[in-house]
Amino acid sequence: MADYVLRRILALIPVFFFVTVVVFMIVHLVPGDPIDNLVRIGVTPEQKALIAARYGLDQPLYLQYWRWLTLVLQGDFGSAIVLRRPVMDLIRENIGYSLTLGGLALCFSALVGITTGAIAAAWRNTLVDKSIMGVVLLGSTVPAFWLGLLLILLFAVTLGWLPVSGAKHWTALILPVVTVGLGGMALVARVTRVSMMDIGRQDFVTLLHAKGVPAWAVQVRHVLRHALIPVVTLLSLRIGLIVGGSVTVEYVFARPGIGSLLIRALGQRDYPVVQGCLLMLAMAVMIGTLLGDLVQAAMDPRQREESR
Amino acid sequence: MSLSLKTQGAATLRLLGKPFGGIGGAICGAGLGLFIFVALFAPLLAPYAYDAQDLARIGLPPSAENWFGTDEFGRDVLSRVIYGARISLSVGLTAVALSASAGILIGALCGYFGGRFDRITMAAIDLTWCFPEILLALVLVAILGPGLNSTVIAIAVAYLAQFTRLTRTQVRALKGETFVEVSRCLGAGHAHILLRHLLPNALAPVIVVAMLTTGDAILLEATLGFFGMGAQPPTPSWGAMMSSGSAQLFNAPWVVIIPGLFVALSVIFINVYGDAILAALDVKNRIRRA
Amino acid sequence: MLLSVENLQVQFGRLQALAGVSFSVNRGEVLGLVGESGSGKSLSAMAVMGLLPLSGGRVSGGSIHFDGTDLGSLSPKAYRKIRGGKVALVTQNPMTSLDPVVRVGQQIDQAALLHLPVDRTEAKARTLALMDRLRIPNAEMVYTLYPHQLSGGLRQRIVIAMALAGEPDLLIADEPTTALDVTVQAQIIQLLIELVQERDLGLVLITHDMGVVARTCDRVAVMYCGRIVETGPVEAIFASPRHPYTRALIGCIPRHDMAPGDLVGIPGVVPSVAAMPSGCRFHPRCAQAVSRCFTEVPPLSAAGDNHASACFLTDQPGEAS
Repeated sequence: MADYVLRRILALIPVFFFVTVVVFMIVHLVPGDPIDNLVRIGVTPEQKALIAARYGLDQPLYLQYWRWLTLVLQGDFGSAIVLRRPVMDLIRENIGYSLTLGGLALCFSALVGITTGAIAAAWRNTLVDKSIMGVVLLGSTVPAFWLGLLLILLFAVTLGWLPVSGAKHWTALILPVVTVGLGGMALVARVTRVSMMDIGRQDFVTLLHAKGVPAWAVQVRHVLRHALIPVVTLLSLRIGLIVGGSVTVEYVFARPGIGSLLIRALGQRDYPVVQGCLLMLAMAVMIGTLLGDLVQAAMDPRQREESR
Repeated sequence: MSLSLKTQGAATLRLLGKPFGGIGGAICGAGLGLFIFVALFAPLLAPYAYDAQDLARIGLPPSAENWFGTDEFGRDVLSRVIYGARISLSVGLTAVALSASAGILIGALCGYFGGRFDRITMAAIDLTWCFPEILLALVLVAILGPGLNSTVIAIAVAYLAQFTRLTRTQVRALKGETFVEVSRCLGAGHAHILLRHLLPNALAPVIVVAMLTTGDAILLEATLGFFGMGAQPPTPSWGAMMSSGSAQLFNAPWVVIIPGLFVALSVIFINVYGDAILAALDVKNRIRRA
Repeated sequence: MLLSVENLQVQFGRLQALAGVSFSVNRGEVLGLVGESGSGKSLSAMAVMGLLPLSGGRVSGGSIHFDGTDLGSLSPKAYRKIRGGKVALVTQNPMTSLDPVVRVGQQIDQAALLHLPVDRTEAKARTLALMDRLRIPNAEMVYTLYPHQLSGGLRQRIVIAMALAGEPDLLIADEPTTALDVTVQAQIIQLLIELVQERDLGLVLITHDMGVVARTCDRVAVMYCGRIVETGPVEAIFASPRHPYTRALIGCIPRHDMAPGDLVGIPGVVPSVAAMPSGCRFHPRCAQAVSRCFTEVPPLSAAGDNHASACFLTDQPGEAS
């Protein structure tokens, strides 16, 4: 197991470097002089030259990349153009909010999704199953930001139970968590249901019943355990989507976070901030996938050997 | 060889002839048909012009004259939703068509030739999986500049990896099958094998996935529109309508609720109908695993 | 009688899959349940195990008695005690019959823990002894392995160990050797026979291989399309098969003295449950069918000591064709 973990981590290193290349190139891909993309409008040519030197923009591209990369690896993404502060400080201020929202939304997706999916599978083709799957269908087809707006309208404006926006009180987290989590919950419920039904048809399940294992124990201890293997993969891939999904939801609920930082930076063409945020989010996705692989390997002995 | 072509033909026939899987599939197929009809004939169906402002009738709730109410400029929401169907559906369809074509091309070449070319191309394409779709699209549109064309390209890139992977897996699996070997032994060239044997057999699952992805693409378009990155005013896309309406959420919620409802409905229609076709064709069993 | 099944009928929705099946087994006896796939052999096994609901079927008539108890009258909980504790199942495919994420030793323990008054240590000791008895080499080591690390033959021994761990009185083996290599097949069958004698078990051996039946069984019940068409002691069945279907099945056993081309299959295919032929269900594939076979169902009638056959032409014993 230990050497499996090591192999998986090593496999991520080239991916990380590829990602940094892409993120680095963004400044050079946007139309116009990269220097113009790094400075505010109206700066003097002298200031421009200074910044060009600071970023080494007069040097060949690969040297610029190397320089940027070494700084990034030390946690230095440069300075935000508009806010005039180190990008790393901005990220540090915002990342906590994103992690809280994303983490809670992930838990919501997993807990509610697995429970409802398992219930739907146990009572398949009954009214219970159909109503759960109906809600699930809605959850995966409704735009997250729209759902957020509707929830605000209902719970914050009409009923007045919860705050409209912000991040001051913990109750302000409820609506965003539900909004971000619902899409994931829908997917988890679907996959849990289908894979429980798939596993339920396999010979070893018949044999478990034949052994005299109580039906509930067959379902919970054996079938659900197997069904969770694809669910874990899905959830780990979802980490990226949840991070991405929270971009829109942070915006709708006017919450601080990496997502709203990125959206604001994109609007202001503040590319160092964009680069910093993108790299953080890509790393969240990569770590999520890695965790998913590891949990899966822990749950399924076959996995550990197959990927040798 | 003739066998594979025959089964392919039969599958296509069934695709055309038996599109309804159950009542749900039938209803959703009909709903989807209705949406496409409305989008095609928008100018004939819309009661008002989509950009006709009437400052005397700002933010009116749904009524007999304006079934879906009016927005912050006094424009008829129903007419804008009807025209919006054009934008939203066509952006979704075009983006997926573009993404699927590019994915099929790259995936087929990678799967067929393999080797270093395959590894490098796939590594590059898999990189898009390191970024959530919405972020990828947002950043791309930001780079390309807001507008419909960049929206289409951004959505196409966001789904490229999925189509490339799927086609590549299919082609790789098919490559080892007997009928391809036979054809090769008979002296068929690369182009012949790829075009006549591999692609026709690899395509069915890609097409179904493309159909299901169209729903996601419409959702993504709405999100981009909501951030003001898609259709530019006064062009009405469902996302853009929600974007401008969200400022008036508390006074005129219908301006936000109604376009969102249509986004959700079209995605539901596409997903349920796509699932029904999937079940009817039993495509799942034809998807090959590497 | 250890197990006696009387006029068992099974339905899936409106389709009748078993139309009155009767058979019985004693302790220390091996009953061969023979027929092509789709004849209802496995369904009979599932019905006895009380596991039909898993696949959406139900017993719609007849009775199953085990050791004097009517299994149909049992509560789900009481039935569960029977499964694994009194009647155990060995399934066809050892590749898919074991839980892939649980160590094989623990899968065997589980049966003992469920049905015997033992704790974990004791269960493990019993499992190891059982594995030794089943000639599983390195039992201590194999105990800790996962199913995918074992060969097919070893896995099937694990499945058998799992079935025996709850100390049942009756074993139902559903094509236990079909998925195995020919060389391993003989070993597994041999092992089952030894166990029957050692532990005085009843064994229902489900198979489509008349060759296996000839070598192992005491009595035979031949099934076709959800009915028993012939039943009797193994010697009588092979010496003077009465039903054309039985004769055809025996004709499918390859022998070394056969000339090329002598080996005959049975023409036609097993009809589906949804489109059962009228009268004798074998008539579309029967060379001797007379007009009566098309309309009337032949009853199972005596054709000798404990020997019965459901064919209008039973009075004329035929040679194995």
